[in-house]
Amino acid sequence: MLTIAGIIVVAAPLLLLAVFGIATLLRISLTERNMARFTEASTVLGLISALFILAVMLATNERNVSVVLGDWVRISGSHAHDLSGREEQHDHEARPLEHPSEKTMPEDKGSDAGAVIKSVNENGATEKEVAEQEAAEEAAENEVAHAPVRDEESHSDHFHFRLKFVFDRLSVPFVIMTFVLCGVIAAFASRYLHRDEGFHRFFIYFSFFQLGMILSSVAGTIETLFFGWELVGLSSALLVAFFHDRPAPVANGLRVWAVYRVADAAFLVAALTLHHLSGSGDFDGIAGQGDWPNGTAVLSEGSALFVGCLLLFAAAGKSALVPFSGWLPRAMEGPTPSSAVFYGALSVHLGAFLLLRVSSLLDESLTLRILVILLGLITMIYATMVARVQTDIKSSLAFSSLTQVSIIVVEIGFGLRYIPLIHIIGHACLRTLQLIRAPSLLRDYNSMINAIGAYLPEARAGNVSPTMRSRLYRFAFDRGNLDSLLDEYVVRPFVLVFSWSDRMEHRWTTWLSGQSKSTDDSANEKAGADV
Amino acid sequence: MIPELHFPWLECSILLPLLGAVACGLLRDPVRSQRVAVICGVLTLFCTTGEWLDFALIGSFEAHDHWDVVQWFFRKDIFVIDELSAPLLPLTSLLYLMTMVSTLRTKLGRFSFGLTLASEAIALGTLSCHSPWGIILLMSLSVVPPWLELYRRGASTRVFSIHMGLSVILLVIGWSLVDFTGDQPRASLLSASLLTLAVLLRAGACPLHPWMADLFEHATLGTALLFVAPMTGAYAVMHLVFPVAPAWAMQSIAVLSLTTAVYAAGMATIQTDARRFFCFLFLSHSSLVLSGLEIVTTIGLTGALCVWISVGLSLGGFGLTLRSMESRIGRISLKRYHGMYEHTPTLAGLFLLTGLASIGFPGTIGFIGMELLVEGAVDVYPLVGLAVVVAAALNSIAILRAYFRIFTGRKFETSVMLRSRPSERFAVTVLTILVLGGGLWPQPGVASRHHAAEALMKLRRPHEEVAPPVIEPQDEEAEDEVLPAETAKQHAENQNQPTTPQRTPTELRDQVALIQVRGDP
Repeated sequence: MLTIAGIIVVAAPLLLLAVFGIATLLRISLTERNMARFTEASTVLGLISALFILAVMLATNERNVSVVLGDWVRISGSHAHDLSGREEQHDHEARPLEHPSEKTMPEDKGSDAGAVIKSVNENGATEKEVAEQEAAEEAAENEVAHAPVRDEESHSDHFHFRLKFVFDRLSVPFVIMTFVLCGVIAAFASRYLHRDEGFHRFFIYFSFFQLGMILSSVAGTIETLFFGWELVGLSSALLVAFFHDRPAPVANGLRVWAVYRVADAAFLVAALTLHHLSGSGDFDGIAGQGDWPNGTAVLSEGSALFVGCLLLFAAAGKSALVPFSGWLPRAMEGPTPSSAVFYGALSVHLGAFLLLRVSSLLDESLTLRILVILLGLITMIYATMVARVQTDIKSSLAFSSLTQVSIIVVEIGFGLRYIPLIHIIGHACLRTLQLIRAPSLLRDYNSMINAIGAYLPEARAGNVSPTMRSRLYRFAFDRGNLDSLLDEYVVRPFVLVFSWSDRMEHRWTTWLSGQSKSTDDSANEKAGADV
Repeated sequence: MIPELHFPWLECSILLPLLGAVACGLLRDPVRSQRVAVICGVLTLFCTTGEWLDFALIGSFEAHDHWDVVQWFFRKDIFVIDELSAPLLPLTSLLYLMTMVSTLRTKLGRFSFGLTLASEAIALGTLSCHSPWGIILLMSLSVVPPWLELYRRGASTRVFSIHMGLSVILLVIGWSLVDFTGDQPRASLLSASLLTLAVLLRAGACPLHPWMADLFEHATLGTALLFVAPMTGAYAVMHLVFPVAPAWAMQSIAVLSLTTAVYAAGMATIQTDARRFFCFLFLSHSSLVLSGLEIVTTIGLTGALCVWISVGLSLGGFGLTLRSMESRIGRISLKRYHGMYEHTPTLAGLFLLTGLASIGFPGTIGFIGMELLVEGAVDVYPLVGLAVVVAAALNSIAILRAYFRIFTGRKFETSVMLRSRPSERFAVTVLTILVLGGGLWPQPGVASRHHAAEALMKLRRPHEEVAPPVIEPQDEEAEDEVLPAETAKQHAENQNQPTTPQRTPTELRDQVALIQVRGDP
């Protein structure tokens, strides 16, 4: 039953996306009411299944329910080693791992390195040989710590992508929160965007987002988490650019996408490194056999630091931590429902969720924890200052969200697990409410003023000198110039270098073709006229 | 003895477009030409799909035609289907068919269906050819149709001629040297270098790529796309360079390909002309494929073969969408927003879908291939391999930027209806099904490519056994010092083993085919 319920949790948003996608492909026009109903049905179905799982887990005191659908992709090589020169070099390095009798064994068909070693022991190795082997394994582990992407698994042509979903104390609350907030926002959006020409588009992107969130939440392997992570990123960028007849939302959408992609690159490298180090992408493999949050990472401190830094980078991109905070207010260009569900509630917490999911890695490295705390603290100070001087409510709420997210990150850095989770849920619910009330803020203020019979009291500046206050105000007003710094020191040099290369290529081609520049341009124009 | 297919699929798939090319040449009416071309394209696709299925049923590494007329004439298996080329043939014929189907009537006068069918026959011939000289000849012939088009359009052909001419000359000299050195399985460094340089020229490795941008700028988009999309350069790598070049040389070239991939991805992000953007995007992806082929590990090779298919399909569809948009609004500048979404939402969706598939977005056909490619690259070069990730990230930014520039922006009123035509919608549906189908059900495709990769690695194995590559003599000595005594002894024994008879690549392939048929490991 639990397996079926688990499958339904994932299948419900998948089905919703399939219905919307197939209808679009076949040019079947769904009415607004039908789209809203489909969304509602999918959300309710998923929510009921998630609640059922929660109830059973509470009743049976089960802390971890795994739903393994098998290998989505699996390739098992018939050769344990590749033939390239470099691989041979690796073989030499890895040779101490091999037992003499292993050489006479038939070629390994799909079994992993650990299984090979085990079978060798079963084949009657002496104690001395076993001891040598253990020593060799230890040496190899040390080597792995220094060269994280080389381990025995990397020498075999074995790859698998397992579809595994985990329902534990972290994922179940997150899934329930996702369904509840998505359901609320879908109901709100079906009225808010009524007769908007982008209504269908919004719900298609929304179904992408919902599926991405659910997949990320219940992912049992790092690859599955990456799958959902990417879906969330794409839908975020497209929804920021939702009002695409204006250039500003589109430019902001592209910026969000660029930040996400850079962060995703770090995530992908981290995922592959973890895959190499732990032999599989399963979180169980990474966090040992303990259930969340009690798992103990099987990686060495150095490896944990390396992978943790990459994941922290990815989390910083997704959760808009410094120095990527600039995209968050820009993302508010999207429609209010998406702002509420993405940047106030769910998407912005995904980075913190990732840190919680790999919290066993944080426990392994004090340096990594210090980095997490520092990043959280810097972002917290930055966001709380900036939030106070924003002149529009959505930007103000965005930075307020960021303040809370960074506090959550600090909590995670301090080794807390349940408190950040509760903090995420509470904050997400509150911020969603605030954001969907944002369009009627003035009306709310007027109501309060009328009720009180006076203007609302202004916040006091505190005991700060006027000069410092002015400087701080400018810093906060310019949002710390984070975007400008990134533009000036990252984007501009990049564009300059490649623009120069482009000009040089043009010159070279023009010279090679034996035409003057003007002739070449006119030829281009002519070619453009008759495509 | 190579197994036989149940029907002369290969010959039919080459002959049909050739006949169609002749028929189109005789017809004056472009509408009728298109009809003939589409019919020939459909029949060719049927033949290539049939040969793929037939080949899959045989379960061999390679097979040749039933009633192999070419073999009767030349006493040699020239056109052979193998695990590498089996899916590439239907993919290529599909791309040609989609291009011909989606050509709008307004552009019929400017797009030569005769030349297109001729180039299809050459491309299919190249991809099913196993004879090195045959590949070189067909690759030389494939240059003719785009050259003719450039010439007819009054554009300068010098850039194209210089690069392609040099490539052909190097191929001829390189393989002549291989032949000259007799039955040496490992060609001399010089011949391997010449062949490598030739295929890098053809594949457009940096800094030998300007011909590609020039072709895209001056030829029709359809012709340029069809010239590069089948990636015959990569095929030449697999058949001319891969079996003879030592691993260290291949892996060194892989670094160059990865550099090209990152450079082209960076260039794609700053382009202001849609054609140049597409050119660099394609170059980046084809370099990623090449890098995977050159990594010479089974996982990397599997990834590269998967990405080869996914890139061909997705960027083929992407290019066709771009071509459809050009048919509506002319040469597209990426400096401004064109606001085409409201007019052609279907094409916008395909543009985004194919673009995302090319970068290996989850759920699309390129996802697993890209993961394998990254894993393979990182395995060999832990740091340089990260270039694959960087290239993919830059490409994704470039793709979304182009999407926004073309499809978003203020909607404009027009007296001409710009919405997608039935033929375009057909192309969209087919490509979407393939891109998503391959993404959601990747196991058969990946397993097939992995099997092909293993077989290709076996092609290299005999000559690696004959003469294991010595990377650094000093390093090897150092390694011997740290090796356990028993391992070192065995290593020494391996060095002293009698060498197996030296064989040519063709003989090696025959051997692998026999191994496959017997089912030996």
